Amino acid sequence: MPDSIEIPPVVVTATVNGERVSRAVEPRMNLVDFLREELELTGSHVGCEHGVCGACTVRVDGTIVRGCLMLAVQADGAEVLTIEGLSESGEIADLQENFKTRNAAQCGFCTPGMLMTAAELLAENPGAGRTEIREHISGNFCRCTGYQAIVDAIEETGKNRGEK
Amino acid sequence: MADSPVVTVHDRPNSYIGRSVPRPNVQRLLHGRGTFTDDIKLPRMVHAAYLRSPFAHADIKSINVDAAKAAPGVVGVFTGKEIAELCEPWVGVLSHLEGMRSPPQYPMAIDRARWQGEPVVAVVAETRAQAEDAVELVDVDWAELPAACDMSAALDADAPVIHEEYGNNLCWERIVDEGDVDAAFDQAAVVVEDEFTFGRHTGVTLEPRSIISSWDPSEEELTVYMSTQGPHMLQAIFAKHFGLDEHRVRVICKDVGGAFGIKVHTYGDEIATAALTMLLKRPVKFIPDRMESFTADIHARHHTIKARMAVAGDGKILAIDFDDLTGIGPYSMYPRSSGIEINQVLNLTGGPYTIENYRARGRVVFQNKPLMCQYRAVGHPIATAMQEALVDHAAQALGMDVVEIRARNLVPDDAYPTKSITGMPFDKLSHHAAKDKLLGMVDYAGLRADQETARESGIYRGIGFACMIEVTSPSPMFYGVGGAPISAQDGVTLRLDAKGNLIVASGVTEQGQGAEAVLSQVAATAVGVTPDKIKIITGDTEITPYGGGTWASRGTGIAGEAAAQAGHALRDQILEVAGIMLQSEPRKLDIRDNAVVDADTGNERISLAEVGRVVYYRADTMPKDYQSELIATRHHVPKKFPFAFTNGIHCSHVEVDVDTGMVKLLNYWVVEDCGTVINPLLVEEQVRGGVIQGIGGALYEECLYSDEGQLLNGNLADYLVPMAAEMPDIEVGHVTSPNSDSELGAKGAGEGGTGGAPAAILNAVNDALLPLGARLTVNPMTPERVLRALGKTE
Repeated sequence: MPDSIEIPPVVVTATVNGERVSRAVEPRMNLVDFLREELELTGSHVGCEHGVCGACTVRVDGTIVRGCLMLAVQADGAEVLTIEGLSESGEIADLQENFKTRNAAQCGFCTPGMLMTAAELLAENPGAGRTEIREHISGNFCRCTGYQAIVDAIEETGKNRGEK
Repeated sequence: MADSPVVTVHDRPNSYIGRSVPRPNVQRLLHGRGTFTDDIKLPRMVHAAYLRSPFAHADIKSINVDAAKAAPGVVGVFTGKEIAELCEPWVGVLSHLEGMRSPPQYPMAIDRARWQGEPVVAVVAETRAQAEDAVELVDVDWAELPAACDMSAALDADAPVIHEEYGNNLCWERIVDEGDVDAAFDQAAVVVEDEFTFGRHTGVTLEPRSIISSWDPSEEELTVYMSTQGPHMLQAIFAKHFGLDEHRVRVICKDVGGAFGIKVHTYGDEIATAALTMLLKRPVKFIPDRMESFTADIHARHHTIKARMAVAGDGKILAIDFDDLTGIGPYSMYPRSSGIEINQVLNLTGGPYTIENYRARGRVVFQNKPLMCQYRAVGHPIATAMQEALVDHAAQALGMDVVEIRARNLVPDDAYPTKSITGMPFDKLSHHAAKDKLLGMVDYAGLRADQETARESGIYRGIGFACMIEVTSPSPMFYGVGGAPISAQDGVTLRLDAKGNLIVASGVTEQGQGAEAVLSQVAATAVGVTPDKIKIITGDTEITPYGGGTWASRGTGIAGEAAAQAGHALRDQILEVAGIMLQSEPRKLDIRDNAVVDADTGNERISLAEVGRVVYYRADTMPKDYQSELIATRHHVPKKFPFAFTNGIHCSHVEVDVDTGMVKLLNYWVVEDCGTVINPLLVEEQVRGGVIQGIGGALYEECLYSDEGQLLNGNLADYLVPMAAEMPDIEVGHVTSPNSDSELGAKGAGEGGTGGAPAAILNAVNDALLPLGARLTVNPMTPERVLRALGKTE
C-alpha cells in the first residue's frame, strides 16, 4: 500500500472554549472533524466540507472561520470558540432568545454556524440594517427558513443592544 | 355551563390553538446540543464508505478488493453480490398505478451499474477517512456501455434499453381524457401553446442522509439510528428485506437536519449499511459527503411538457391538453414509486379553475441518471407553473388583465364540496376569498403604474400571479392502496405522570417544521395544561404509536387530530378519578392551567400534580372497586376525503436586468388556506421557507449533465441554492376553511410555498419581458436563458 497514507500523528494543543486540550491527530484532519471527533463538541456541523455552506463556522482567535477549510494543526496554539462555548458564555443569549421567539431555527442544522456568523456582525455593527444582515449571513446556507426569520431575529437583537 | 360540557377543542378555555407559541425542543438546537445522527457514537462503531460507479452505464467485468482489504484500519470490504445474499431485492411499483413496471433493485450494483453514483463496493474501516482511502484501492474492471441519459431520447427506437426484458425504456404511461377536448379547441377564440422544461434538481438537505446500523446477533435485533421522515416505514422495510421479525427492528430518529422528501425512501447505501452491521457484528455509520449526495440522493422534477389551452373570448378556459414526459433514472424508487410525481401533475393541473374538457398524457421513462422521486411539493410546481403560465399566455392573447382572467375562471367559493375534472374531491376551498385577501395586501394598481414608469427608463419589472391547490394529509388512497408499507394513520399517546406533567408520544417526526409544537399546543388545549408541562417524544419505533411519519404535509392534519382525541380521552380519565377524589360529578369539573377546577366558577379544586400523586402513590385511598387510568392513545386517519386539499395564491414582483439576464426578487406575497391554523408563526415560516425552496428551482437549481450522463456541477460551489442576500421578504396572509374531516379542522401547510413559487416567478419574469417580445418556459431561469430569450446570446 502507498506510504503516503501512513503519516505519523501530530500533536495539536489549543484552547477550546476556554479549556486547554491536546490531541495527536493526522495532519490532514480538518478543524471541524477535530472538534467533533476528538473533542466530541458536536454543535459544529459538517454540511459540505468544501467551504460553501457555513454549517461548520467556529471562532478562531476572535475571527470566524470555516471549520472544514482549516486544518486542526493550523489551530495549534489558537483560541477556538464553538457554539457550545459561545452559548455558555452568555454572549448571544439575547440572540438565541430572538431565534426562538421568531422561529428562526427550523431543523437547526445551520443554526450554530448562523449564530456564530450573526454574533460577529452584532459585535461589530449592532445597528446593521436588513441588507447588511443579509449580506453578512450570505455564506451560511439555510434550507428551511428562507432566511427572513433569521434576518428578523438578528435585526431585533441589534436594535435591543443599541438601546442599552 | 355544567350541563353543557365542552364539545370541541375549539371551545376550551385557555386555548393554545391559533397562538404563535415557540416550538418545544428548540433550545438544544440553538445551543449546539442537538443530537443529529452523526453526533452519535456507539461502542466499537466503524465507518462505511462506498465506491460508486463512475459511469452512467457500465458492466462490471471484475472487482479486486485485495489492496483495499489490506489497507490500514479496514475491517471489511463487500461487493454488491455479497450484500445481495443477505437482502431481498425490492420493486418500486404501486399496484394502483396501473401498468407501472420496474425490475428488482439490489442495494448495490452487481454485474452492471446503471447510473453515475450507484454504489458498487462497500468499504468499512475504523475511521471514515481510512474507509475513503481504501475505496481508492478497489480495482474495478469496467466496460462502459452506451447510456440512455437524455429522457427525451430514451424512448427513441435506437436508444439503449436499460432493462432488456422490457424492450424499451417506458416505466409507466397514464392518459386522462375528460369531456370533448377537440370540440373545445375548435370553439376557442384563442388557443395558446407552450413547451415547458423543468430542470432536474435535488434536495440538498444541509444534513446529509445519515445512518448508524447496529446488529445484536444474540437477540437477532437490528437497531438503526437514522435521519428519516418515516421510522415505521423503514422498520417495515428493513424487516421485510432482511427477513427479520418487525418487532426485532428498531428505528430511532433523533434530530433531522432537513428532509423535504429526500429522507423518506429506500436507498441502496442505507440498506447495505444495515447489511454491513450484520456481517461485521459491529455498529456501522454511513453518511454520504456532499458531493456524493449529489448523485446518491434522489433527484426531482425533470419534466418536458407540450401544453395548450383553449379559451373563449370572455376569458373562460374551455380546455387544457398536455403531454408530459419525465425521466426517473433506471428504477422506480421504492416504496413510494417514481410515478406519483407525474400522477400529481395529471391530477392537479387546472385544479383551481372550472374546466370541463381535459386531456393529458404522462409518460415516465427509465434513463441512466440518479433515481427521481418525491421531493417537497411533489408535482405541484410543475402542474401549477404549466397551468399558470398558460393562463397568463391566454390573458395576453386576449388583451385581458391577468387577475381578471383568473377571477373569471376560479371555482366559486360557494361551489364546494365539488370535484375537479380529474376526479379530485374538494371539501372546501377559498380561491376567491384568497385572491381578494391578496389584492388587499398588494397595491396592484400601484405596481402596474410603477411598471409603466420604470419601463420608460429601461427598467423591466414584472408581476406574476399563481393560483394553486395543494394535496395535504393523504388517506390510504395515496400509498396504502398500492401495497406500500406506508401508514396513512397516525397515533398519539398522552400520559399524565405522577407530578401532573403530560408525556406526549407520536408516530410523526420532527424535521424542524414544528410537528412537535402542534402536538404540544393541541394536547395542552385538549387536556387543560400549560405547554411547559409537556414533554414530546417522537422518532422511535419502539416507544411511539404506529404511524406514517412526517411527509405530504400530514403531521398537523393527522397527528394533530389524534392529539385532540387523545386529549379528550385523557381529560375524561382525569375528571373521572378527580370526581371520585372530590366526590363530585366529573361533568361539573374542568381542567384549566394544570388543575381540576369547578366548571362553573373556575375555582381550583385539586392540582394535576396532586391527582398524579394519589393515583400513582396512594391508590390505597381510592375505592377498592375502582382502577384509574391516566394514559390514552388515539389514532386518526382521513376518511371523508382522500386528501385534505388546500389552496393558495402567490404574487411575485421582480426586476429583470435585460443586459445581464439577472432576475432580482423585489417583493413576494402569499395567501394560503390551510384550514384551522394551530400556530400562525409556524405556518407562515413553512410558507416562507417553501417559497424560497421554490425560488431555488425557478431561478438557480439544476443538476447539469453531460451527454454521457456525468454530473457536471455536483458540488455547492457550482450547484446554486438560494442564499440570504438575494432572497426577498415574504408577506403571508391567511384564509381559513376548516377541514370537515376532523374536529381540529386543520390541513397541511408544508408544501404550498414550494408548489406555487415557480409559477409566480415564471409569470413575473415573462410579465417583465413582455414589451421586449421575450417569453421563457423553462426552469431554472438562469441569466443565460433569460438572455437567450431576449435574443442576446446564442
